[in-house]
Amino acid sequence: MAINFMNPLFEVVRDPDRCIKCRVCERQCANEVHKYDPDLDKMTANPMTCVDCQRCVCLCPTRALKIKPNENRFRENGNWTQSVMDEVYKQAESGGVLLSAMGNPKDYPVYWDKILLNASQVTNPPIDPLREPMETKTFLGKKNQSISYDENGNAHYEKSPYLELDTPIMFSAMSFGSISKNAHESLARAARELGTFYNTGEGGLHQDFYQYGDNTIVQVASGRFGVFKGYLDAGAAIEIKMGQGAKPGIGGHLPGMKINDEISRTRMIPKGTDAISPAPHHDIYSIEDLRQLVLSLKEATNWEKPVIVKIAAVHNVAAIASGVARSGADIIAIDGFRGGTGAAPTRIRDNVGIPIELALASVDQRLRDEGIRNDVSIVVGGSIRSSADVVKAIALGADAVYIATAALLSLGCHLCRSCNTGKCNWGIATQRADLVKRLNPEIGYRRLINLVHAWDHEIKEMMGGMGINSIEALRGNRLMLRGIGLTQKELDILGIQHAGE
Amino acid sequence: MKKVYVNEDWCLGCHLCEFYCAAANSGAPDMIKAFKGGGKKPIARIQVEEGSSVNFAVQCRHCVAHPCVKGCITGALSVKDGVIVCDEERCVGCYTCVLSCPYGTIVIDEEGHKIRKCDLCLSNGNGEPACVKGCPNKAIVYEER
Repeated sequence: MAINFMNPLFEVVRDPDRCIKCRVCERQCANEVHKYDPDLDKMTANPMTCVDCQRCVCLCPTRALKIKPNENRFRENGNWTQSVMDEVYKQAESGGVLLSAMGNPKDYPVYWDKILLNASQVTNPPIDPLREPMETKTFLGKKNQSISYDENGNAHYEKSPYLELDTPIMFSAMSFGSISKNAHESLARAARELGTFYNTGEGGLHQDFYQYGDNTIVQVASGRFGVFKGYLDAGAAIEIKMGQGAKPGIGGHLPGMKINDEISRTRMIPKGTDAISPAPHHDIYSIEDLRQLVLSLKEATNWEKPVIVKIAAVHNVAAIASGVARSGADIIAIDGFRGGTGAAPTRIRDNVGIPIELALASVDQRLRDEGIRNDVSIVVGGSIRSSADVVKAIALGADAVYIATAALLSLGCHLCRSCNTGKCNWGIATQRADLVKRLNPEIGYRRLINLVHAWDHEIKEMMGGMGINSIEALRGNRLMLRGIGLTQKELDILGIQHAGE
Repeated sequence: MKKVYVNEDWCLGCHLCEFYCAAANSGAPDMIKAFKGGGKKPIARIQVEEGSSVNFAVQCRHCVAHPCVKGCITGALSVKDGVIVCDEERCVGCYTCVLSCPYGTIVIDEEGHKIRKCDLCLSNGNGEPACVKGCPNKAIVYEER
């Protein structure tokens, strides 16, 4: 047998004084880490396949388990770190492209954490959100530049389709296929109850979820999976996916083994075939081409639905967004480089794209400079981790945010980043029937609602502190932001002053 | 009357209900003591039936027909407000009820002398049945139907 160069990443630590050998860990681990040895009357563990998803830790009734990083280290090296060496070994063995899941985990700056919020003192009193009305309702779509009145006093203005959100938080695109049906049902039901929207991703809309259409954004991506007239009509808005923050410039690939009966029907592709989304839309090579698709989709849906164009935050994002704004789109969604994915080439995920904070600030500024900011709404995603990030995003110029990783966390995800294996122990990123049933949507949708309600409360508190009582008054209000520990260049791009200024 | 029901769509076959049931009815203050306190392993009054794709937990259905009560030779089993309860003082361990229960939900105790059965956690001060509280996927519910 060849030498195995791979080190287990984790160590399973079991407290024998607490373990009652109930074997829950064994039954719940799809990676087959735990095993009961009847000869020794002992639980044993094979850490080689452990991904640190924490399922066993959470379900252990006596909390006897701990998953620790493997203490066995290669000789320390500031350049050739353990993970770099591990990746070389992995590729030397497999000869393949490294795959990863969820967002870029590398230690790049998080600008949200270098931005501070303002609060009112003395002259501009804060508002108490528990005693005074506070508005987090927001509208996405083209805003009117002017209203005229006829001699009878009737207002005349151009009516554009729009989305009405009770809270400036939507669930971003995750396809049925990348996540399970139960995860989708949780998102759909939560979106309806919260008065917001979830997004089908590029995998089509399962027939059971047409009932949530008023709270659904249907996506049209380069693979065009599951797209037909009924699908476009079902949603409240249509999103054209040009790019994804986790893998800008790259398409998608759902392996054939995940294409079961239901996914095959929903995506309208044969069972067991790979679902490959090309990197480009083969009919879009210019803003004019994009405009054709935007207008075609509008025509197909009787000009009743807003069209969103989703792009990844890349170097030239401001110019691209300016083009998108002129393509007839009503909403631009920008996905930052921390955005999640079910599977992406590791090198792409970890090295391509730019932080959403910088992309948002430069896009908002560019659209303002060009006088077209009101023609589109801006939605940002790609690691919005808390209500504070939401408030900062809106103050930087966003109309609303997209959350997905945070939504999955509330469903049980522990960011083990192994979605691509299809063996999600939490029943989220899997199509295996025995694993999918681990996510009961009845529990899941309540947890999603709890999360967004909690964030909504916090947003109101932060706005109140600033003396602001509506999202509209916070939007683009960069005076409410100060940078900390940032260079002048970074402050210039963000369009904010340094703390103390 | 409120009863315990299992929805097999959400039952994972994790067997946690059995352990929470056994611990709650063991008299021990926590699960570790119940299972590692030195005595015999406590017996659960709920059992998970496992199949290739379907699992579900079963415990006494507190059925109206109650052949166990009808067949009890000492009158240890009786129906109180719709709940079938066992007076352990009177049980002689003849296992007539074990044989007659159509669901197979009456179990023999740790010592092998008497029977144990689900009484909806009414006598152990647990409040809500322990299996319902402990189910990680809300597959077991305690409700009126």
